[in-house]
Amino acid sequence: MSSEDRPRAPEEQAAGAGGGEVGGEAADGHGTSRKGSRLDGQPLEYAPAPESRSVVRLREAYDPFIDGEFAPAKSGEHLTTANPADEEPLAQVAVCGEADVDRAVAAARRAYDTVWRDLPGAERGKYLFRIARVLQERARETAVLETLDNGKPIKETRDFDVPMAAAHFFYHAGWADKLAYAGMGSDPRPVGVCAQVVPWNFPLLMLAWKIAPALAAGNTAVLKPAETTPLSALLFAEVCQEAGLPPGVVNIVPGDGETGRLLVSHPGADKVAFTGSTEVGRGIARTLAGTGKRLTLELGGKGANIVYDDAALDQAVEGVVNGVFFNQGHVCCAGSRLLVQESVAEEFLERLRARMALLRLGDPLDKNTDIGAVNSAAQLERIRALAETGRAEGAEAWSPPCPLPERGHWFPPTVFTGVTQAHRVAREEIFGPVLSVLTFRTPEEAVAKANNTPYGLSAGVWTEKGSRMLWTAERLRAGVVWSNTFNRFDPASPFGGYKESGYGREGGRHGLEAYLV
Amino acid sequence: MSEHRHDGAAAPRVAVRKTHKLYIGGAFPRSESGRSYPVASADGEHLANAGMASRKDARDAVAAARKAFPGWAGRTAYNRGQVLYRAAEMMEGRRAQFAAELSAATGAGRPEAEREVSAAIDRWVYYAGWTDKAAQVLGGTNPVSGPYDNRSAPEPTGVVAVLAPQDAPLLGLVSVLAPVVAMGNTAVLVASERAPLPAVALAEVLATSDLPGGVANILTGRTAELAPPLAAHADVNALDLAGALDVAGAGDLAADLEEAAAETLKRVLRPDPAVEWEADPGLGRIRPFLETKTVWHPVGT
Repeated sequence: MSSEDRPRAPEEQAAGAGGGEVGGEAADGHGTSRKGSRLDGQPLEYAPAPESRSVVRLREAYDPFIDGEFAPAKSGEHLTTANPADEEPLAQVAVCGEADVDRAVAAARRAYDTVWRDLPGAERGKYLFRIARVLQERARETAVLETLDNGKPIKETRDFDVPMAAAHFFYHAGWADKLAYAGMGSDPRPVGVCAQVVPWNFPLLMLAWKIAPALAAGNTAVLKPAETTPLSALLFAEVCQEAGLPPGVVNIVPGDGETGRLLVSHPGADKVAFTGSTEVGRGIARTLAGTGKRLTLELGGKGANIVYDDAALDQAVEGVVNGVFFNQGHVCCAGSRLLVQESVAEEFLERLRARMALLRLGDPLDKNTDIGAVNSAAQLERIRALAETGRAEGAEAWSPPCPLPERGHWFPPTVFTGVTQAHRVAREEIFGPVLSVLTFRTPEEAVAKANNTPYGLSAGVWTEKGSRMLWTAERLRAGVVWSNTFNRFDPASPFGGYKESGYGREGGRHGLEAYLV
Repeated sequence: MSEHRHDGAAAPRVAVRKTHKLYIGGAFPRSESGRSYPVASADGEHLANAGMASRKDARDAVAAARKAFPGWAGRTAYNRGQVLYRAAEMMEGRRAQFAAELSAATGAGRPEAEREVSAAIDRWVYYAGWTDKAAQVLGGTNPVSGPYDNRSAPEPTGVVAVLAPQDAPLLGLVSVLAPVVAMGNTAVLVASERAPLPAVALAEVLATSDLPGGVANILTGRTAELAPPLAAHADVNALDLAGALDVAGAGDLAADLEEAAAETLKRVLRPDPAVEWEADPGLGRIRPFLETKTVWHPVGT
């Protein structure tokens, strides 16, 4: 594998590019020094640098992808997916009903029984390698489409979502003929037909996290993309066609919540995988109780970012900004609670505000944009409502001067201070660019506060002292701990939560366990 | 004097019977409800009255298990292994008692009961050996494409509610409890409803095995009464439903418990009707009660 084939490591990426570094250099301690980049203390002006959308040819209407073909949904229903940055409609997309889900599950079963299950692992793997390659080849188009449908900045789709999705297929392709080494016995078997439901925050990447391990392990899949971001999944269906994937191995059934319910409760599904809200996850777990079906859930979080007084503060500022403003904060593992040691809190917040003032919010297709549009009006309303509780409960909100575009769904980067553990903004997942700041005096207090949540997905630790980092990481009840970094992801690295953040892991050897018996 | 009859002959000694109590937080309380229930042998003979734990006892046991969790999970793996091995040693010293109780409970002949006692003791030894190996087998270094040190290691999930199998009152009991506590979880175990006496004897073994109080809590009573509050308890992280099969009058108890557990997204190990307790257990009962934690750190000068 040559070096240009892998997603760029964060250090190789251009300033502020994907991998989660929002709007600045990789954590190198220069975050606030740029404040003085002009004598008047103002940040540099940037000329517009829009990515062209001509690389994407939108269809007027999108059909579901079942048994290797796009064919109209039997339901006859459609929804309109729109660009959250300007609210202009992008396309009509089918809403799959019961008959469509039935057909997709039946196609997946047929493909499982007649083709995929018994295909030698080495051959299965080659299809996944092909998919990875086609995704790389169509990367530009995919990135622009994802940004149009989702609202996230092009530099994130271009440098993070799409290359990481391709990397997941590349990684899992190699597992297909090595499953005996996955730790599930010498002759592990696939589970069967997988029903998979993914969220709108990383539409293509979450699809890759679901489909790549399922296929590598010999399963077939029916996937439902999110209601507001179906387009990249349907583009992925084209990728499957282009890769020559046998019909029925991957089926894409766009639709709404009801389509998802039909899919996860379908008697023909052997395994359900869901990424989304804890509330919906609970409902799925209830639905599947007593059925014997396998279930993995990747749910909400309220990640704590702990900054000790000896941390490299500018690096920590970059990490905290990246932790909560990456992807507009629509990240289940976002570091949405900042726990900063009291002795440095004031100085840290000053640097944080200075750094936030440099964030550029606006046109997601502009290559300089740090913060794009909120994906939907409904999500914007949720963010507003929760932020309002923060004010109502006595916390103090601050946002940098940040003109919002007139059209589209926007929320300015916001930091709440004067927050206590009882405040809703400190307890509930906001899923938006909103940071709640709490302080602590001792490491024990930091850990106790970090763990004081029913969630347990992610946490961050910032300290220059190795033993303190390890001590803290050991005590954090979270599935992923980032120390002196945040929001790093890799196909080889297991991701998933403790407690009410769900169960099961995605990525790495551990991720295969969900798809093997 | 009073210990001699006036005719000088010694009176037949009256045996000192045991009160079968619960085991919570390292102590042996009676049920706070004051209830007990009669336990009969396989052929219907009255053996003893066992404590009939209440929902309140179950909640107390969860509180004790939660309190014990950080300390037990924080022990070194080597130390946990030694404590589990100590439990085997203590059981070995009480072989005769366990064999007799097992015989009475299941109607098994003495040689068969002896064999099961041996298997149960050996199971403690088996899991004692896993404590400091599972992390290497299940964890490791992840080769990420960037300048990061990235490792995954298993950690105990927390408080595990365990329904011990109804029809394997000793080997089944040890087979479900040992893997849970081996890796640093703490347990609230509901003993076999029909044959709880071996579980009470096991509690006495654990109380003298250096297992810190609260790491294993053992309740006797009605499975259908105790399991639902445990399945719904917000401070219970996981549920082993081995004993949810064949509970008289409870309908599809396993499904109901799984549904209750969904509310707090507990990890649930479903019962396997075909389970063979004699078989090599492998990691099958260890893995479900572990969480994988992945830690990232940049590499640089």
